[in-house]
Amino acid sequence: MGSILIAGGTVIDPANNRHEAADVLIVDGRIARLGAPGDAGEPDETIDAGGCWVVPGLIDMHVHLREPGYEYKETVQTGTQAAVAGGFTAVACMANTNPINDTGAVTKYIVEKAVAANLARVYPIGAVSVGLKGERLAEIGEMHEAGIVAVSDDGRPIMDSALMRHALEYSAMFGLAVIAHEEDLALAGDGCMNEGPTSFRLGLKGMPSAAEEAMVARDIALLERTGGRLHIAHVSTANSVDLVRRAKARGLAVSAEATPHHFTLTEEAVGDYDTNAKMAPPLRLSSDVQAIFDGLRDGTIDAIATDHAPHHHDEKNVEFDCAAKGIVGLETALPLCLALVREQALPIEALIRAMSVNPARILGVPGGSLADGAAADVTVIDPNATWRVEPDRFQSKSRNTPFGDWQMTGQARVTIVGGVVKWRMLEAAAEGRRKRNATR
Amino acid sequence: MFTHRHLLGLEGLSREELLSLIDTAATFKEISDRDIKKVPTLRGKTVVGLFYEASTRTRTSFEIAAKRLSADYINISASSSSSTKGETLLDTARNIAAMRPDALIIRHSAAGAPHFLAKRIDCPVINAGDGAHEHPTQALLDLLTIRDKVGRLDNLTVAIVGDILHSRVTRSNVHALRTLGNRVRLVGPPTLLPSEAGAWGEVHHDLRNGVRDADVVMMLRLQRERQGRNYLPSLDEYSRYFCLNRAALALAKPDAVVMHPGPINRGIEIASDVADGAASLIMQQVTNGVAVRMAILFLLVNRVRAAAPEVPAAEQVAPERRRKVG
Repeated sequence: MGSILIAGGTVIDPANNRHEAADVLIVDGRIARLGAPGDAGEPDETIDAGGCWVVPGLIDMHVHLREPGYEYKETVQTGTQAAVAGGFTAVACMANTNPINDTGAVTKYIVEKAVAANLARVYPIGAVSVGLKGERLAEIGEMHEAGIVAVSDDGRPIMDSALMRHALEYSAMFGLAVIAHEEDLALAGDGCMNEGPTSFRLGLKGMPSAAEEAMVARDIALLERTGGRLHIAHVSTANSVDLVRRAKARGLAVSAEATPHHFTLTEEAVGDYDTNAKMAPPLRLSSDVQAIFDGLRDGTIDAIATDHAPHHHDEKNVEFDCAAKGIVGLETALPLCLALVREQALPIEALIRAMSVNPARILGVPGGSLADGAAADVTVIDPNATWRVEPDRFQSKSRNTPFGDWQMTGQARVTIVGGVVKWRMLEAAAEGRRKRNATR
Repeated sequence: MFTHRHLLGLEGLSREELLSLIDTAATFKEISDRDIKKVPTLRGKTVVGLFYEASTRTRTSFEIAAKRLSADYINISASSSSSTKGETLLDTARNIAAMRPDALIIRHSAAGAPHFLAKRIDCPVINAGDGAHEHPTQALLDLLTIRDKVGRLDNLTVAIVGDILHSRVTRSNVHALRTLGNRVRLVGPPTLLPSEAGAWGEVHHDLRNGVRDADVVMMLRLQRERQGRNYLPSLDEYSRYFCLNRAALALAKPDAVVMHPGPINRGIEIASDVADGAASLIMQQVTNGVAVRMAILFLLVNRVRAAAPEVPAAEQVAPERRRKVG
């Protein structure tokens, strides 16, 4: 495989308490040595990381790759291409495919597609219940043997409390976390945005914050009795953050994630019925945005995950009521996260923990460390690069983003998975220029 | 002066724009009192009504308005669920727009549907009611009716009573009434009057307090299906607390007027003797609806004509025909 020297950057590796100017040497797919600048010998390739941060590969623990079944929205190939372009070396993909990932066979299919794509690492998440119907437990053991790293009925909240109890108990046998999409379906009703001043103004049906909070509270109560591990997906409200904070204080095995859109946007982004601001859970109020930031800073929220949810243009180019819920996130997450560091003084170490160290820990997968001998999953971040979001140029198959035309600061310059460069921003930019010149 | 390309809602319109719409509407009232109720103003213009929700009053009112202006009016009644028909709302509207109408009137159960279309088709769009969002022509006819009877449109206390949560009539009226400098009270049970309403007006859960000393009492139709969703125990119980009867109306100002956008549920939100009584403006509202819709069609369709380059009449004749004439 040869060797790569990442030279001249600043290594930020919170798992090993390192934050210093240093070169990183990769030999045969593993981190070989972390040394002072200049003492690396003669590598096969040298990557100039001057002005850049060199961090353990980013891990997005909540994406929808849509394959099998919805290949018109995204495939494992295009989704992982979007991942490496966004600086992610690994993603965990949800089970709401068609067929649903509720058997080992579907898990294996996804794993094989990921091997063929040979881009980011792909960790499938299995369904909690057969067909995501919320009735009977899926064969979690069989899926575990095929490679799942957690279970979740994401997108279809588990309304049956007894099923949730048994899922927590049973998955513990395999050390798997249950990832919960917290939404009381009766309370959320047919709401299509946050219930609040904007829904009242626009005449849209709202989903109250309590629809999420009631279920967070329920699942924490179940966890107290059952043991097991509970991970709360896409926390969106201040009360949810507080419930998790108090559960952690009691020593419960609960973790939580938040999405970049929930700490960046408020319900006002719906504006004039913009369907790219429609997702579940919905965008909330500025007080919720602040609470999520506070949760990230004090460690209540362990992880940042995108909930990358590609949808076809036709599924968004409809009346707001009818539009599909969800937005793509892999290619816009990093600069939105870096804005927390730049504008709100979130320590960079906290950010790297939330985007790499903690997702690896929660899912029980390798990564999150640049220690000697670790698999060489590395992201080289240029924190100062400025660019404009052009959805038409996404690597993802879908363009459903509320961040189109946003001016961003910071991007992944190089993404390395297992010691192999999977993404180089400069090459991609040059390729884009060639294409634009060719069409002139 | 109202110079917008579409009429999507009253939110954001200025006092001057609102008054100009009402003034224009007032000038059209007289046409409906003539022996021959037709003027040539929009001759040769085509107006399409696209009604995805059942409507008798609004649809008929728009159709009469268009015809009294000599426009050709075509109505399309479609199923509200476009997906079951197989064609999307956008595709339907694009096909209609391709036939070059001069205005498209739309009623749809989805809030924002007219806004969605206005951005995507090349034709003035008139909102005839979008979900629980806005119903601008209804509020304009309400304002015209108030001004006819009360003589002014400012410093009034207006109580709006009923299902505020789901009411597009309320939203349009509140925007306009507040812009024009009136006090708004919103009255109803808490299930139909969410806390957010407090930013829009004074909130009352007691009908008697809500209407006390009001100049105008606007009753809303109670959708019967609300009781099935547990917004209410029963229609009987709703009427016990929120039916405007003579005793409740007596608490309003002595010369207070009563309005209702229709269709009314007699004995549920309004007692028959109030609906049919001296204070009721319900029929005047319906009459004024035609004038308001004539004014809107006139302003939006003429705006398009004014924006297009003026072509001398002779140039509009086909060239070959002109040669023959010559």
